[in-house]
Amino acid sequence: MSQPGDRRVPLIESLLSHLVVLLFVAFSLYPVLWVISLAFSGAAVPEARVLPIPREPTLDHLWAVVSTTRELEGETAWLFGRQLANSLVVSLATALVGVLIATPAAYALARFRFVGKDAGLRVLLATQMFPAVASAIPLYLLLDALGLLNSRTGLVLCYATTAVPFAIFQLRAAFEAIPVDLEEAAMVDGATRAQAFRKVVLPAARPAIAVTALFAFMSAYNEFILAATLLGREEMFTLPVVLQRFIGEYDAQWEAFAAGALLVSLPVMALFYVTQRHLVAGLTSGGVKG
Amino acid sequence: MVEVSVRNVKKSFGATEVLRGVDVLVPAGGFAVLVGPSGCGKSTLLRLLAGLEEVSAGTIHFGEREVTHLEPRERDIAMVFQSYALYPHLSVRDNLAFGLRLRKTDDAVIRQRVDEVAGMLGLGALLDRLPKALSGGQRQRVAMGRAIVRRPALFLFDEPLSNLDAALRAQVRVDIRRLHDQLGATSVYVTHDQVEAMTLADVMFVLNRGVVEQAGAPLTVYDAPATRFVAGFLGSPAMNFVQGVIEASGDQLRVRVGVGDESLPIPAGEFTSPALIPGLRVDVGVRPHDLVLAPPGAAAFELSVDYVELLGPEIQAHGALAGAPIVAALETQSNARKGDRIPLSVKRLQLFDAESGRSLR
Repeated sequence: MSQPGDRRVPLIESLLSHLVVLLFVAFSLYPVLWVISLAFSGAAVPEARVLPIPREPTLDHLWAVVSTTRELEGETAWLFGRQLANSLVVSLATALVGVLIATPAAYALARFRFVGKDAGLRVLLATQMFPAVASAIPLYLLLDALGLLNSRTGLVLCYATTAVPFAIFQLRAAFEAIPVDLEEAAMVDGATRAQAFRKVVLPAARPAIAVTALFAFMSAYNEFILAATLLGREEMFTLPVVLQRFIGEYDAQWEAFAAGALLVSLPVMALFYVTQRHLVAGLTSGGVKG
Repeated sequence: MVEVSVRNVKKSFGATEVLRGVDVLVPAGGFAVLVGPSGCGKSTLLRLLAGLEEVSAGTIHFGEREVTHLEPRERDIAMVFQSYALYPHLSVRDNLAFGLRLRKTDDAVIRQRVDEVAGMLGLGALLDRLPKALSGGQRQRVAMGRAIVRRPALFLFDEPLSNLDAALRAQVRVDIRRLHDQLGATSVYVTHDQVEAMTLADVMFVLNRGVVEQAGAPLTVYDAPATRFVAGFLGSPAMNFVQGVIEASGDQLRVRVGVGDESLPIPAGEFTSPALIPGLRVDVGVRPHDLVLAPPGAAAFELSVDYVELLGPEIQAHGALAGAPIVAALETQSNARKGDRIPLSVKRLQLFDAESGRSLR
């Protein structure tokens, strides 16, 4: 079997292609480097410079953001810890709920014929056409009526409504790419349909499910507008809302903002690092057969 | 080992009638081949036997037991798929053991059976590999192994060789028949390849447009095709067909072909259909290998050769008779060339009613 790496590339071609790649990497990383520089910068006001190198390097901003505390119910609570936990719990729950609902739905849409299938798919697609902001006010009223304002459960419910349709579309493509023969072979081998699904289809779809869960996690983790609308109390904030609080109407704490942004990105970067192998396989699994 | 009996089975998908009343009887331990062109319904029939589709009408029995409406897992069958359908996330060992595990077989028994089958098929060194690390031939053997290891009463094969290259196909074909003889279970095998059908079958079912055109031992079907379709489908190169009219010549019947006065004698006693009377329009069929170089004066007709294929052991000379294309498979020594007119005699011919396509035997 030939590997892509087996081919000898002329040196000049290799250099050129690396140069182009490097250019794109620099282009996309430049703003990120600025954020990093700012987070470690001791100087009071950021100034426009070409190279993003920290002035008077310091860890103060990071420490200040991490160590934020508040008096809650008579006790001193670690506010940043709570907010981080909010973000992680809400995002994980969204990913879990999204995948749990979307997996069987996507499988049914991929494999079975039933009344209302096409109409259902169109409706699912329609939900993807509206920006989340459009539903912010109705959602606020709904959650208010349910007593779920200012709660993680309420936020997860809202996030799941947008995560599920997208997850269904992604997983449906993944299930369609799995040959029906596999399930039929399992059923001839002695499996019920449920066993065939559990023992053959699910393992084969694992990369796609992992990617779908990651997408749901990411979109919940990064979401700002709904969180800002539905969460009123500081100790219930998710991290994007926290970040926004550093930029006021008359005053912007850029260093704290940058330090916060850096901290907020760490879990996501770790997650991507761990799942990158699945990610590449999963992103292509819908499109390529066999 | 079970007898398979399909009685008047029909199957429609929506408005499309795929099987239009099919009867199939496979004796216990027999090797049956369902053969026909694509779209004839042979794969659908196999899937009905497997329980992967529901019949629209009719019954299926395995031995005494009616299985028409049973789930696949309740039928005691194993199937080898065209795509092999190996479970991609399981090693070869786990692929083989999958069915046994589902049936809660004892681990020691599983191990022993898997090792036995792996030995039988030469899979021993591959047991810990994933399917994606196997060649096409190896995958095919794993698929076979997965069927064998369960010791089912009935094996179903859905074109299992069509993804292999020609050399391997011939080898595996022999292996499949050997395994069948060794294991003794009833087998039903679907193919569009007439060579597979001829070589593997104890009993062959030729399907066309949802009906069984003819059933029987391969050589019987080959030598005495019941319809024009069967005659044209089996044999390579395909049988030559020329339109003709029956005429009487003294007390003998002859068939006059084309517009000229070339006519062929009809061997007495071979065609006994009462429909065979002077004036009947027929299709005359002659296999390319039944056309032989004639000694001078004894030729039935002359073929003007417009193209020659040299195959090594034989020459295939192409020409035309009465407007119909003709291929003659001749000995290499005959040295037929393009442009030659070669005298040919007919060793054996078939007659079919031009209207119904039925044989006039």
